[in-house]
Amino acid sequence: MPSHTISVLVENEFGVLARVAGLFSSRGFNIESLTVNEDPIDPTVSRIVLVSSGDDQILEQINKQLNKLVTVIKVTDFQDTDTIERELVLVKVAVEERTRSELDSIVQAFRAHVVDIGPRSQTIEVTGDTGKIKAFINLVRPLGIREIVRSGKIAMARAVQSAAHIALQRSAREAT
Amino acid sequence: MKKVSGAQIIIESLIAEGANVIFGYPGGAILPTYDALLDSPLKHVLVRHEQGATHMAEGYARVSGRPGVVIVTSGPGATNAVTGIVDAYMDSTPLVVISGQVSTSLIGNDAFQEADIVGITRPCTKHNFLVKDVRDLARYIKEAFYIAGTGRPGPVLIDVPKDVQQAEHRFSYPERVELRGYKPTIKGNPRQIERAIDAIERSDAPLFYVGGGVQWSGAAPELTQLVRGLGIPVCETLMGLGSFPASDPLCLGMLGMHGSYGTNTAVCNTDCLIAVGARFDDRVTGRIADFAPKAKTIIHMDIDPSSISKNVRVDIPIVGDIKSILQDMLAIVRERESLGRRKADWAKWHEQILRWKRERPLYENGKVRKGDAVSPMHVIEEMHNLTKGDCIIATDVGQHQMWIAQLFPFERPRSLLTSGGLGTMGYGLPAGIGAKFAAPDRRVIVVSGDGSIQMNIQELGTAVQYGVDIKVVILNNYFLGMVRQWQEKFYQERYSYSAMSVPNFVKLAEAYGAKGFRIERQSELTATMKEAFATPGPVLIDIVIPKDEAVMPMMPPGGAMSEMLFA
Repeated sequence: MPSHTISVLVENEFGVLARVAGLFSSRGFNIESLTVNEDPIDPTVSRIVLVSSGDDQILEQINKQLNKLVTVIKVTDFQDTDTIERELVLVKVAVEERTRSELDSIVQAFRAHVVDIGPRSQTIEVTGDTGKIKAFINLVRPLGIREIVRSGKIAMARAVQSAAHIALQRSAREAT
Repeated sequence: MKKVSGAQIIIESLIAEGANVIFGYPGGAILPTYDALLDSPLKHVLVRHEQGATHMAEGYARVSGRPGVVIVTSGPGATNAVTGIVDAYMDSTPLVVISGQVSTSLIGNDAFQEADIVGITRPCTKHNFLVKDVRDLARYIKEAFYIAGTGRPGPVLIDVPKDVQQAEHRFSYPERVELRGYKPTIKGNPRQIERAIDAIERSDAPLFYVGGGVQWSGAAPELTQLVRGLGIPVCETLMGLGSFPASDPLCLGMLGMHGSYGTNTAVCNTDCLIAVGARFDDRVTGRIADFAPKAKTIIHMDIDPSSISKNVRVDIPIVGDIKSILQDMLAIVRERESLGRRKADWAKWHEQILRWKRERPLYENGKVRKGDAVSPMHVIEEMHNLTKGDCIIATDVGQHQMWIAQLFPFERPRSLLTSGGLGTMGYGLPAGIGAKFAAPDRRVIVVSGDGSIQMNIQELGTAVQYGVDIKVVILNNYFLGMVRQWQEKFYQERYSYSAMSVPNFVKLAEAYGAKGFRIERQSELTATMKEAFATPGPVLIDIVIPKDEAVMPMMPPGGAMSEMLFA
């Protein structure tokens, strides 16, 4: 079943997350990823971004039920929208003399950062979409992962592009 | 401005909302509010169990069209109210339930009579509030009434801790509600309305399928005008009965699990189903894949977008208030002369349905009983004779409920009070009491079974205390009749725990201070019913009926409308 990333703008008050989460749990659907944050510009609202999977009819129903909640202001399902999606992961990787250079090259290739160095481990911070995070984890796994913490996903629709823009971007992509 | 207590703010807000009757039960955490209530002009009805309070408020709301108000205490007071809250949620009934809560400093401490009622009712209220600051109280009450009574109506709960009731603040009732996340759509999309009428015009066998939404929106006059203007037949859900006069030949009565053969056959053969404020419940549709198999077009008007395409794929959805949508439709229908040319075809289709109805009428042999046993069909006929059909009937849940739905001809909206979605036994007696407070001049009859009546029989005490003039008819077969019917037909006559001993209902009524009658023989029916109905005040009539009387026809569980059983 396809994964949907849904952004829900809600009133910033207690109990809202329980109402939103309850809609999923009462229908037996799993929330695969969840982030909640107060809006940095308007503190009276919060943004919940969640990932769930289901067929179109189920997701349409969830969308309508979310809209029915009095404390929900706006629901956006990014399924058919061109979006920028990001996750952040902190990975504590075991480090030995012989693996240090390998780790360094992976970190560079992923434009990741070393955020903590210990005698036998380094903690790496990576941001990116789900595919990039997965690829990074797969590459460092043979080196020995001590600990891993991964954030939920955040998402934003891309700017609406004119036809000329899209053509330009496509040729730029093809050129690289 | 003078400061008043939170308790007084509650009372003043209820007065400002025009809530003239409150159904409730006092207790520790709500005592400050009850203290303020004593000096107020509000009428309070002291119930015997909080579930009774919620059903009374439902009965009140369904008859008056205004939110019913309930006040209960914390913990068990609030949890006892939950069944009625869920019932109201399922049947889109506006309630405002105010519950006491332990003081804010004690919340979460497992204090005496503490229950997380906001958490418990989150999935079964349209919205709920925990009031942590007395400054929010009046605004929350204003919002609660607005949310409960607008859009698709429903229950709203306000949980008020004891210290918030005691805290003081200036009272001013807000005039407006600003909720950016709640803006019900009222006006239907004109393009969709136009498309719907085009589809109706193209169809050869159109059929209206109307539900409770018509009554809530007060759209029965518009519906009646539209149906008669077009000459298209109408079937009704349990909650829709009374939306269109039963005496009109276009009225086909109830569809669904216990719909008549003719009505359900019409649904199976319509090529254009026009759903009006109905939600395609499984008791209506039967096996969903085979519902209305010949319908090329399904039109669905509903105020709740989440009802649309939930169970059945809808071709032309129209979101909005039914009354407003039907008014817009009427305006177009009046202008469009081409519709008139379809009337001859639709009259033929109507004729065909009436032939199906005559082929297999409801209970054609139902009134012929062995010996002198009372037939439930006769009881209903007698009720109709005695009231000339002009009454409010509140039912419980089970066989008696379905017999009433099949056989009592409801001419007016807001005349049948019944628990449709949740199917709550124990609904009828309190709902009937609540109805009488909403419409003191109308005759109110409660029809119940020997099982259902015992679920909230303690409310006879409430009826006696307030001299509520209701007649309670018990169709007594010493069985949980509908359970027995299913066990007979689908569980090889294995009657697992469905036989029930019952009290002496006449003595019980008398012990409460009501009047009691008992009818065991057909020959006593007319005279005793007449005497009982002429007796003022609360009256209970225990009527013994045969235990093997069944509600027929029926769709088998999980079966399709075309697979009805007739015996």
